[in-house]
Amino acid sequence: MYNFDVEQPTTLADAVQALSRDEAQPLSGGQTLIPTLKARLAAPSVLVSLSGIDEMKGVCSDDAGRVCIGAATTHATVAREVADLYPALAGLAARIGDPAVRNRGTIGGSVANNDPSACYPAAVLASGATVVTNKREIAADDYFQGMFETALKEGEIVTEVKFPVPEAAHYEKILQPASRFPLVAVFVAKFPDGVRVAVTGASNNGVFRWSDAEAALGGDFSAQAVADLKIDSADMISDLHGTAEYRAHLVGVMTKRAVAAIA
Amino acid sequence: MPKDGGIGASSKRREDVRFLTGNGNYTDDINMRGQAYVHFLRSDIAHGTLTSVDTSAAAAMPGVIQIFTGDDFAEIGGMPCGWQVTDKHGEAMQEPKHPVLAHGKVRHVGEPIAAVVADTLEQARDAAEAIEVEIAELPAVVNMKDAVKDGAPKVHDDLTSNLCYDWGFVEENKAAVDGAFEKAAHVTTLELVNNRLVANPMEPRVAIGDYNRSDGEHTLYTTSQNPHVIRLLMGAFVLGIPEHKLRVVSPDVGGGFGTKIFHYQEEAFCTFAAKAINRPVKWTSTRSEAFMSDAHGRDHVTKIQMALDADNNFTALRTDTYANMGAYLSTFAPSVPTWLHGTLMAGNYKTPLIYVNVKAVFTNTVPVDAYRGAGRPEATFQLERLVDKCAHELGVDPIALRRQNFITEFPYATPVAVEYDTGDYVATMDKLEEMSDIAGFEARRKESEAKGKLRGFGVNCYIEACGIAPSNLVGQLGARAGLYESATVRVNATGGLVVMTGSHSHGQGHETSFAQVVAEMIGIDENMIEIVHGDTSKVPMGMGTYGSRSIAVGGSAMVRATEKIIAKAKKIASHLLEASEGDIELKDGAFSVAGTDKSVAWGDVTLAAYVPHNYPLDDIEPGLEETAFYDPSNFTYPSGAYACEVELDPETGVVTIERFSAADDFGNIINPMIVTGQVHGGLAQGIGQALLENCAYDEDGQLLSASYMDYAMPRASDLPFYDVDHSCQTPCTHNPLGVKGCGEAGAIGSPPAVVNAVLDAMRSGGSKVEHIDMPVTPSRVWAAMNG
Repeated sequence: MYNFDVEQPTTLADAVQALSRDEAQPLSGGQTLIPTLKARLAAPSVLVSLSGIDEMKGVCSDDAGRVCIGAATTHATVAREVADLYPALAGLAARIGDPAVRNRGTIGGSVANNDPSACYPAAVLASGATVVTNKREIAADDYFQGMFETALKEGEIVTEVKFPVPEAAHYEKILQPASRFPLVAVFVAKFPDGVRVAVTGASNNGVFRWSDAEAALGGDFSAQAVADLKIDSADMISDLHGTAEYRAHLVGVMTKRAVAAIA
Repeated sequence: MPKDGGIGASSKRREDVRFLTGNGNYTDDINMRGQAYVHFLRSDIAHGTLTSVDTSAAAAMPGVIQIFTGDDFAEIGGMPCGWQVTDKHGEAMQEPKHPVLAHGKVRHVGEPIAAVVADTLEQARDAAEAIEVEIAELPAVVNMKDAVKDGAPKVHDDLTSNLCYDWGFVEENKAAVDGAFEKAAHVTTLELVNNRLVANPMEPRVAIGDYNRSDGEHTLYTTSQNPHVIRLLMGAFVLGIPEHKLRVVSPDVGGGFGTKIFHYQEEAFCTFAAKAINRPVKWTSTRSEAFMSDAHGRDHVTKIQMALDADNNFTALRTDTYANMGAYLSTFAPSVPTWLHGTLMAGNYKTPLIYVNVKAVFTNTVPVDAYRGAGRPEATFQLERLVDKCAHELGVDPIALRRQNFITEFPYATPVAVEYDTGDYVATMDKLEEMSDIAGFEARRKESEAKGKLRGFGVNCYIEACGIAPSNLVGQLGARAGLYESATVRVNATGGLVVMTGSHSHGQGHETSFAQVVAEMIGIDENMIEIVHGDTSKVPMGMGTYGSRSIAVGGSAMVRATEKIIAKAKKIASHLLEASEGDIELKDGAFSVAGTDKSVAWGDVTLAAYVPHNYPLDDIEPGLEETAFYDPSNFTYPSGAYACEVELDPETGVVTIERFSAADDFGNIINPMIVTGQVHGGLAQGIGQALLENCAYDEDGQLLSASYMDYAMPRASDLPFYDVDHSCQTPCTHNPLGVKGCGEAGAIGSPPAVVNAVLDAMRSGGSKVEHIDMPVTPSRVWAAMNG
C-alpha cells in the first residue's frame, strides 16, 4: 500500500465533506478496495470510511412495501434480516464469498463498484430497485452502465437501496472455481406486471437484463418457456474459466433453473 | 486394540499444540535487531534484453540503504543445478547460467532484476518504483513443441537450442520395444497434457540473512525443506562461504510440497546483502511473488502407447514426453521427468518391454521442479489413463485388465531399471473393490440419472518409488549429492533424549512419529524424547525431506543411532548388574539379567553414563550420544489402488466427487492417524490437479493464473469424505522399520481415478469422448460433450 489518511465520519454529512478532499476515496467493506491498495493499484490520499455511519446501516420496509437496505449494511446482516421480507435476496447475500467476506462486504460497496461478476447488481436490476445516493434516487435500469461503470458522479455516495418485493424470485449461480464469484448467475423476479431477468458474470458490459427471456416468461412463466431460448455469445466474457459460448449457454441454463425453482 | 504409544499408536501430534495456539515459530516470526527489508523488482516481461537499469533516482529515496542489480553478482557463482542428466547420445544436458539477479536478459515474468534494501519494506517498494528499467522485448517461447523447432527464439543465447536434453530410457531397448509394437494384436494410443501447477504452501517463502562481523559467521533463516542442502549449494556454489562459517536455520515451515526443496535466489541475496550492508536483511514473499517465483510443478505433454497381444497381455509400452524446465534449471529439475518418472513407467504391471523418451525444454516461464510426487504422478497419470483406454477399446473390464497384468511375484525387476522389493497389488485391489461398493454402483447411477445427472466410476493403481535413495546409484544417475540421512541421539543424564535428525518436518508430524519409534525401541514414554531438526548448527548433516523419504531414510538413521545407544547402555547396565553383557535385556525402559529378577532402570543407566562413579571406564567412554548415517540400499515401493465416483451435471459440465476410496500399502506404519492425514492431504492436491488447478500462460509468456482469483485451489467443499485404508501391508525388506513412506501417494494416485470416472460418466450420457485434459473444469466438460 501507499500511505494514506483515514477519516471515520459518523454522519453522512461529514462523510460527504471528507470526500471533497483531493484524491479522497470512500471505503465501505473494502473487499475490493483493500486488495487493490495492497497491490498498489490505487493511491488515494484519504480513505473515508462509511462503516461508522449509523444512518447508512440496517434494514426496514417503507410505505410502498419496499425493502430498504442501508448501503453500509453487510451481506451477513442482509442474509439474516431480509430472510422473511425478501427470501431470494437474503439467499443471494448468504452465498456471497465466504463468512469473512459476508461480515465485511456491504451492499453499497458492491453496487457502487459494479464488478461484472458481482452478485448484488443482478438482484438490484432484476428487482427494479432504486439506488439512493446523497443527492438523488436512481432507477436500477439507469444506474448500471457497463463493467465497473455506474451513474454515480464524483462525490456521490450510495446511501441506500430500495427493493420492490416481487411475487416470487430466485437467484441461480454457478461459481467460477477460483474466485468463487459467479461464473454466470441469473436473478429472476416475477412481478404482477411482468418478469425481470438480470444476468451477472457473463457479459463484457456487466450486469444486463435478458429481454428475450423476460418476454417469453411474461407470457408463460415456466422453465419450458425458456428451455430453448438462446442468447448471443458475441458480448460474453471469455477467459480461463469459460468461453463466451459456454457462458452464453449457462445464461440459458441458470435462467431455466431459476424459473424452475419458483414456477 | 489400539496402542497407547510407540510404533502403531495414533499418538496426537504434539506439534499441533503450538501451531493451533499461534505459538509456532515461522521464519517470518523472526525479527533481527536492526534488520533491513528487501523488495525485489521483478520483470513483467517474459523475454527481453536488459538494456538499462538506472537506480540513481531510487537510491536517493528515503530509507534506501543500497540497491543491487545483476552487475553486483557478475563475479559471483550462479544458482547451481543439483542433477546432471546424460542424454540418449551420451552427452551431458545443456545447463545455462542462472544469475542471482537478471543479467543481460530477462527470461521469465517474475525474474528479479534489482533488489532494493531499505529501512522499511514500504520504503523499499517505493524506491523500486523509481528504478528505470529498459527492456528490449524479444519474442517469448512458451509452447514446448514450438520451442524446439528450428529457428525458435532461444531462451539462452549461449546454448545450441532450447532443448535441455533428449533422454532415452532404456535406449538399448528401443528397437525391441518398436518390434513388439509391430507384432501387437492391439495398440492403444493416448495423447495428454499433465497440467502445470503451483504448489501454494500456506506459508510463502521467507529468507533472512545475518552476518556476524566478530566471528565472520553467516546465518540464513529460510523456509526450506532441507537446510543442510541449502548450506552446501549456497555456500559452495554461489557465495563461496565454507560450511563452518555458514549456518542455515529453517524453523517451523508451513508446508513445502517440494517447492521449498530448492535453493532460490532470494536466499543467496539476503545472505550476501547482510554482509554487504552489515545489517540483517529480510524478505517475505507476497502471494503474488510466490506465483511467479516459486518453482512450478508438472507441465508435461505426452504421447503414450501400449501394445497388447491377442489375450490382452501388455507386451510393450512406449512414451514420448516433452517436459517443461522453464527458463532456468531449478535445483533438481532435470531429475524429475527422467529418473523419478521413467523408472516408474512399469507401474503395477509386468509389461516386459518399455521405452521412455523425454525431451526437456527451456521456455520463457517460471522454472519447473519437483511438486508432491515429482515425476511419479506424471508417470501414473499417463499409464493409468492409457490402461483405462485399452480396456474401453477392447471392451473389457478396466479392473480385470489391470488384474490380468499385475506383477504378482516379488522381488520384481522391471524393464526400467528398478527392483520392487515387496507389494501385493491383488490385495489392495481386493480391498478397494470392497471399500468402493462396486455392487451398489448401478443403483447409485440410477439415482443420479433420476436427478438428471450422470454418474461415473473410475479406478487406477499406482506404484511409487520413495525413500530416495542409494547414494552410489543416484551418483551414477547424475545426482550431485548423496541421499543418505543422519541422526544423532543424545541421551541426557536423567534419561530424557534429544534426537537430532536431518529430516525436516514442515507439516508431516515428525516430532510425534519419530519420537514414537525411539520410545518403542527403548520402552519409555514418548514425552521423554525431543525431536530437533532444521538447524545446521544442531544437526550433524541432513539431506532433508522430500520424496516421502523421512521415515524410510531419516527414520532408519534414527533407528541405527538408537541401536548404538542401546548397545552402549547395555554395556553400562551389565557393569551395574554385574552380569554378562549378552544376558542383558531391555524391556519397558529397564535393563534386566535374563532369567533373574535383577534389573536396573533406564534412568539409572543414563545417570551412570554422565556420573561415572561406578562405571567401566577402562572399556567405554562416559556419555551417551551416538550418531548414525543411513544410506538406503534401494528405493521403497508403496503402492495402492484408488477409486473415484463422480456425479456430472450434463447441462453445466459441473463435476462433483461423491465417493473416493483409497487402499494403500505403505508397509509398516508408525502412526496410523498421521498416515491417514497425509493421504487426505495428498488426495486434496491430486483432486485439485484433476478438477481445479491450472497454471496458465498466454503466448507472450504472461502468467494468466497469477492469483487466487484465477488459480483454483481445492477447498473443503470440493472434496468428499474420503474412505482411506492402509491395512494391506507388505513391509519393506531392506530398511529396519519395514516402512515405505506415505507423503505423496494421495497426489500420485488420485488424478487418473478422477479423470477415468469423469469419462465413465460422460460415456454413460452417450458421449464418445476418449480423453479430457486436466483440470476437468465445467467449461471443458461441457465443450467436450457438446463439441
